[in-house]
Amino acid sequence: MNAHAPIPNPNCEKPVLRERGQHEVFCGLTGIVWLHRKIQDAFFLIVGSRTCAHLMQSAAGVMIFAEPRFATAIIEERDLAGMADMHDELDRVVTQLLARRPDIKMLFLVGSCPSEVIKLDLSRAAERLSQRTLPRTRVLAYSGSGIETTFTQGEDACLAALVPLMPADQDSSLLVVGTLADIIEDQFRSLFQAIGIDRVTFLPPRRAGELPGIGPKTQILLAQPFLGDTLKALEARGATRIDAPFPLGAEGSELWFRAAAKAFGIDHQKVTAAIAAPLERARLALSRHRERLTGKRIFFFPDSQLEIPLARFLSRELGMVPVEVGTPYLHRQVHAADLALLPDTQISEGQDVDRQLARCRAAKPDLTVCGLGLANPLEAEGLATKWSIELVFSPIHGFEQAGDLAELFARPLARAEKLRV
Amino acid sequence: MQLTLWTYEGPPHVGAMRIVTAMRGMHYVLHAPQGDTYADLLFTMIERRSARPPVTYTTFQARDLGGDTAELFKDAARNAYETFAPQAMIVGASCTGELIQDDPAGLARALDLPIPVIPLELPSYQKKENWGAAETFYRIVRSLTKPVTDRQSSSTPSCNILGPCALGFRHRDDLYEIKALLAECGIAVNVVAPEGATPADITRLGDADFNIVLYPEIAQPAAEWLKKNCGQPFTTTIPIGVNATRAFIKEICALAGVTPPADDMNARLPWYSRSVDSTYLTGKRVFIFGDATHALALARVARDEIGYTVCGLGTYTREFAREVRAEASAHGIEALISDDYLAIEAAIAAAQPELVLGTQMERHIAKRLGIPCAVISAPVHVQDFPARRSPVMGFEGANVLFDTLVHPLMMGLEEHLLGLFRDDFEFHDEAAPSHLGAKKAAAPMAQPANEDWSPEAEKELKKIPFFVRGKARRNTESFARERGLFPISVETLYDAKAHFGR
Repeated sequence: MNAHAPIPNPNCEKPVLRERGQHEVFCGLTGIVWLHRKIQDAFFLIVGSRTCAHLMQSAAGVMIFAEPRFATAIIEERDLAGMADMHDELDRVVTQLLARRPDIKMLFLVGSCPSEVIKLDLSRAAERLSQRTLPRTRVLAYSGSGIETTFTQGEDACLAALVPLMPADQDSSLLVVGTLADIIEDQFRSLFQAIGIDRVTFLPPRRAGELPGIGPKTQILLAQPFLGDTLKALEARGATRIDAPFPLGAEGSELWFRAAAKAFGIDHQKVTAAIAAPLERARLALSRHRERLTGKRIFFFPDSQLEIPLARFLSRELGMVPVEVGTPYLHRQVHAADLALLPDTQISEGQDVDRQLARCRAAKPDLTVCGLGLANPLEAEGLATKWSIELVFSPIHGFEQAGDLAELFARPLARAEKLRV
Repeated sequence: MQLTLWTYEGPPHVGAMRIVTAMRGMHYVLHAPQGDTYADLLFTMIERRSARPPVTYTTFQARDLGGDTAELFKDAARNAYETFAPQAMIVGASCTGELIQDDPAGLARALDLPIPVIPLELPSYQKKENWGAAETFYRIVRSLTKPVTDRQSSSTPSCNILGPCALGFRHRDDLYEIKALLAECGIAVNVVAPEGATPADITRLGDADFNIVLYPEIAQPAAEWLKKNCGQPFTTTIPIGVNATRAFIKEICALAGVTPPADDMNARLPWYSRSVDSTYLTGKRVFIFGDATHALALARVARDEIGYTVCGLGTYTREFAREVRAEASAHGIEALISDDYLAIEAAIAAAQPELVLGTQMERHIAKRLGIPCAVISAPVHVQDFPARRSPVMGFEGANVLFDTLVHPLMMGLEEHLLGLFRDDFEFHDEAAPSHLGAKKAAAPMAQPANEDWSPEAEKELKKIPFFVRGKARRNTESFARERGLFPISVETLYDAKAHFGR
């Protein structure tokens, strides 16, 4: 972090360019790709069309596992024509699935665009099916449809569906919310312990049966910015949110841990001592990339809602210059701390991809962060790109990953310098 | 409702995208929700196309559904026309767009754009990707091609090449081979479509003397329409393999009225197959699964040109089930017509082949079962677009197929050594073919300790090379069952070997 960087005025309302038009963003179903790896005894059954199945396959790419813990119940003509009762059909498919996978403890029925449009009530179906499958398997429902969710919002909908099942807990605890790589969870747990917060739990859990408790003395620390609905559901159960920037980079991680410590009334010096070594390592790791990245102009197409914290990290800790920071959805409350630290730049919400491409071409940024549909075409036009999906699929949070995160942005530039063809 | 883990084909509108993306000067306005744009990455990432597919998605959201999604469609179509200035446009709906029944055809008509606008009806809940591609190509041809009533024969015979499109398995390289072959025969190419064709090119398809249908899955309906309305005959031979390429040359030369070239040009496959080095390939059992065109052709190549035995043949292309069933029965087996990944996995496990020729899905199945595999068909993967030229059609395509079908296997001498020195420290069961990586894939399904086998026989069974062990176990067990010879002794094992010996 650059200790001398002025802290921008947090009270100034940053103007936001709101656009609607063609969105070049995944729908919420895609979250299944990481959620099913995180919750190891959960199965995700999309109730949708062939398009949904094809999307999952394309998004999961080469990740064809021994037997994946997700599938699609493809709605067919006879279902729509009323020749088959959809709920009977769903029961049949779920029975078939659970017979095949007796190890599944939690089954999510995941709503899609078609199931939402025909108003197939999956919550009711989940309740009905649960009565048959409990105690072995609990059936839950959420929607990952593209008409309601973008990309990472699928995780929000999934976690929100878990909140009612969380057991009541009257004791004080810290709840970290948002999927993190297991290795990062372990790092965070031990750092919180060193700081002096002993009761730390994570949502989502690694196993369906390990849902953390919640109550009025639970304090929530978001690890991911795309969890607005989950946050609302958790607050409705009495928990309170700790306001902090997201733990990306050395500064982001430090402020995140300090915010938690402050909420638990822990002495500033104790935190300083606990995080001193990892903070120093993070700063050292970042310094290796600063020369390459400083002064480089970066343009974010909307993707994961991580764009604002990432732009904050890249500008304050590596000296990059955000030209435009696009986000599919801007949750002002959740992003408040990051927005306050973000230098003045164009923030855009939603998307009209053709207009945004025109702005990007005109701005000629040194690096463009965008989805897979746009990356190669922009490269072909001579613009260096960073695939945004890699930022969601890689461990990037916390002190120990700060250098890796910087490297993800440095790599395309380093590669462009290296290639002589 | 159909429970699906992996799919062989996308929805029909992805088929339509494969057609427009292959073409130039064409644009597709798709009434679709946010998220359906994922399909762009198939083209930009898997095929590494350097431009976005020419597709505009209306991107309607839940909050639009009560309001005016039709207006959204009209805006998107108008903007697309202004931004991209296409020569022609196709309009349609994705699966969700179909449900909201906005009638893209009527809406587009109301816009009264000064270019041809071709409406598509692609029933997403009944049909799939290849059907969608074929239907789209047919609609485009039907709308734009000028019918020909009295065909004048020109001095140089000419043809159209129909079928090559985006995301096709080796279409780019096949096209190169076929063009070279046509040049050799003295036949001119009028238009290649959809790949590289503009709407203006489509209007003059009728100028050619005949059509070459390279991929019936894509081009058959269009070719049939052209036959009826432009009087153009079309080819039915798919030039995959040496024999089929020879037959194809004969067919096109007859259609063009020219004399076929005298030799096989650069065909190496016949000599490589006759080479004594290839003797060990004889009768190797191969399981073939893919789209109909490639599965059918590979079954013939495998049996007639390499000397394998086809022990399994199947396709996910239901439209060509009849042809595949007929071919399978010529090999004395029953065809597997399915797009249920798990059923195909089970069929491969049961057939215990020594080689699998399939799609990327079968590659994964084979990897899990520890069986060598080569990819011969779409659905495609980034590796199916190699930087080098790698056709499967024509004589060079046959050469490529020889390599493709032989290289995954253990080499002849190595296989012999494995048989001779069963406990050799290098040539043993757990070692992979020496030219392919250091580690063998996970063992094919651990066999539980079996009461049916005496310990000695079980030990003897382990000495049989792994790639035939499963078959030996199965044969011996059925031999023993028929005769009530349990527990199986070493004697029974060899009696069964003699009984089933090929």
